[in-house]
Amino acid sequence: MSDMTFTEATPSRAVSAPSVERSELPHTRIEPSKGWISLGLKDLWHYRELVFFLAWRDIKVRYKQTALGAAWAVIQPLFTMLAFTLFFGRLAKVPSDGIPYPLFSYTALLPWQLFASALTESSNSVVANERLITKVYFPRLVVPLASILSGLVDFVIAFTLVIGMMVWYGVRPTWAVLTLPFFVIFTMATALGVGLWLSALNVQYRDVRYTLTFIVQFWLIASPVAYSSTLVPARWRPFYGLNPMAGVIEGFRWALLGKTQAPGTMLWVSVVVVAVVLVGGLYYYRRMEKTFADVV
Amino acid sequence: MTDVAIRCEGLAKQYRIGERESYKALRDVITDAFASPFRRLRSALQHSSNGSAGSEKPNIWALKDISFEIKRGEVVGIVGRNGAGKSTLLKILSRITEPTHGHADIWGRVGSLLEVGTGFHPELTGRDNIFLNGAILGMRRVEIARKFDEIVAFAEVEKFIDTPVKHYSSGMYVRLAFAVAAYLEPEILLVDEVLAVGDAQFQKKCLGKMSDVSRYGRTVLLVSHNMTVVNQLCPRTVLFSNGNIELDGRTSDVIATYLKAVSDSAGEHVWDDPKRAPGNDNVRLRSIRILARGQTSAETYIDEEVSIEVEFWNFRHDIRNLGVAIYLLDSMGNTVLSTISTPAANSLPEEWFQKAHPVGLYRATCTFPANFLNDGIYSITAYVVTLGPLSIEMEAPQVLSFSVFDTGNMRESGGGERWHGGVRVRLPWHTEYMGSGDMAAIAHPQA
Repeated sequence: MSDMTFTEATPSRAVSAPSVERSELPHTRIEPSKGWISLGLKDLWHYRELVFFLAWRDIKVRYKQTALGAAWAVIQPLFTMLAFTLFFGRLAKVPSDGIPYPLFSYTALLPWQLFASALTESSNSVVANERLITKVYFPRLVVPLASILSGLVDFVIAFTLVIGMMVWYGVRPTWAVLTLPFFVIFTMATALGVGLWLSALNVQYRDVRYTLTFIVQFWLIASPVAYSSTLVPARWRPFYGLNPMAGVIEGFRWALLGKTQAPGTMLWVSVVVVAVVLVGGLYYYRRMEKTFADVV
Repeated sequence: MTDVAIRCEGLAKQYRIGERESYKALRDVITDAFASPFRRLRSALQHSSNGSAGSEKPNIWALKDISFEIKRGEVVGIVGRNGAGKSTLLKILSRITEPTHGHADIWGRVGSLLEVGTGFHPELTGRDNIFLNGAILGMRRVEIARKFDEIVAFAEVEKFIDTPVKHYSSGMYVRLAFAVAAYLEPEILLVDEVLAVGDAQFQKKCLGKMSDVSRYGRTVLLVSHNMTVVNQLCPRTVLFSNGNIELDGRTSDVIATYLKAVSDSAGEHVWDDPKRAPGNDNVRLRSIRILARGQTSAETYIDEEVSIEVEFWNFRHDIRNLGVAIYLLDSMGNTVLSTISTPAANSLPEEWFQKAHPVGLYRATCTFPANFLNDGIYSITAYVVTLGPLSIEMEAPQVLSFSVFDTGNMRESGGGERWHGGVRVRLPWHTEYMGSGDMAAIAHPQA
């Protein structure tokens, strides 16, 4: 029951014609979309600041609500690395391409953590931002994009540790380190590609949320984090690249430590896979997004 | 036709019943797939027998072929009952959802305000939330930074701007949220019911801001249940009913039609299908009726008694403390009075309140005495509540309305000006002669 009491008299309604000419005003046509729709990249560019703001919100809130704050970004990969080193490195004696095992696994855990968190965040992003989607217009791609970015801060914090480890083990980076940004972007593209599919599916089928933990676990085992891809016989290795994270992780090791061989065919297979998944994901997402506000 | 801001042609929106807020589990889809051979068979059978679409999910049209045009600088109110399609229209125009068919053309940037404080995060400070909310509403960072001080001043939260908003009082929260939106500067502003927040003082301020907005030549579409607001802001109003435009014209005419249409003119509203009646699993409304001169009527005179009868089903065995409340609203949507059947507020001994209510049908009747209501159109909102702790079991907003006509019995001469106020009661007046006193000093104070 809203009991509103306005005692004021009717305000004046002098309407002055706006000075803008109609030709300057943007024209929008609203109609049902049919078939394949454009990606709306121009619109997305216009809203680039929102991507930044949403990512910034996620980061700020995450660190505000945790007692250890940014320390978590290091604790997670650090302890995983310690466990891997103990069980795989020391006990199972998994070969690590001549790199000290702690450094070997931590270098892989960096892109892996970035990928796993970006994938989880983006897959849940549309459902998590339900309120926004049902109440405000903005290009819907903003939501998964922003969620991908928020993992970058954790990545940067965790990255400082690897520098320390490299100094400790006396590993000097080679010129290959210049390709590192590519691998970081590639990691995020992989997460985005899969995340777009899953986030759109998640709106329709909440099963995705429960499947996600399993997907991430399974994917970790299937990726060369605790072991080296050289365990895979050389002729099968291009097929191993069908898992894009295999290409990413081996590429990351190569770029940072420069000791292993540059991942050749395997990486190119990964690039193609990611390109297909990402472009497909973008179109699928765009196709599904018109129903988001009605269904989510 | 160079001055059109919004033009809709044949705009329609279909929802599947239960589509909203009901995502599917994959399991359902799988069982559906297995069940569908039988379903198809069954629906084919039904189809041949009665021509219906069988057990296909029923669809509802939230909007049916809406066409209208709004000129630049116009401020248009949109009224109608819940579910009439008002909010769906705003959602389509603000591109949150797509129309099923038809199209709309919009010239100018659109800002929509369907909720106050969308995207506010309780952990973030007022400052952070201003930037975040501004960005969500489509403002640039530099634009927000430029207006920041004004926004803070408008919201009156200067002291707490660096405090997380979770520590704000609800009033402060709403003020801040509205303030951000108030500084949006699109050419077209779509507003849904958001003025119904905050305290009266702040509402007045918002209203002032809104009328500023319209004065600068901006086009505004305002959905509201509050007829006072619509009346103050909008020269033109569109009445929606069941997804159609029922009337489009001068606000005063449209509001009058709306309030008459809000109820059945017959003076009663009966729900034959309990599933569709207002209420919940505890209580369902069965009917609501206005009685004048001993019969159902929506028309009465100021010198007649009017009774309002609320019939409802109680489904809970031996429940106690059930009460019926009625709000009487005037044609501007302001509450004239509210009343409840509980003993302390009842001039008759209320026998049922404390007793255990058996399951069944109840009728509560409230009588307004003769020479009590002013002339005018009144609408009724009825509630059934359980007390201690209070919970609303049934709410029927503005479900019925009735007219009270003047008889002239309280006027010294027949016709006359509008009698002001919600009630017109004969009160005991008493006038006394106090003697001549200091007449001279009053008549000639300078002397």
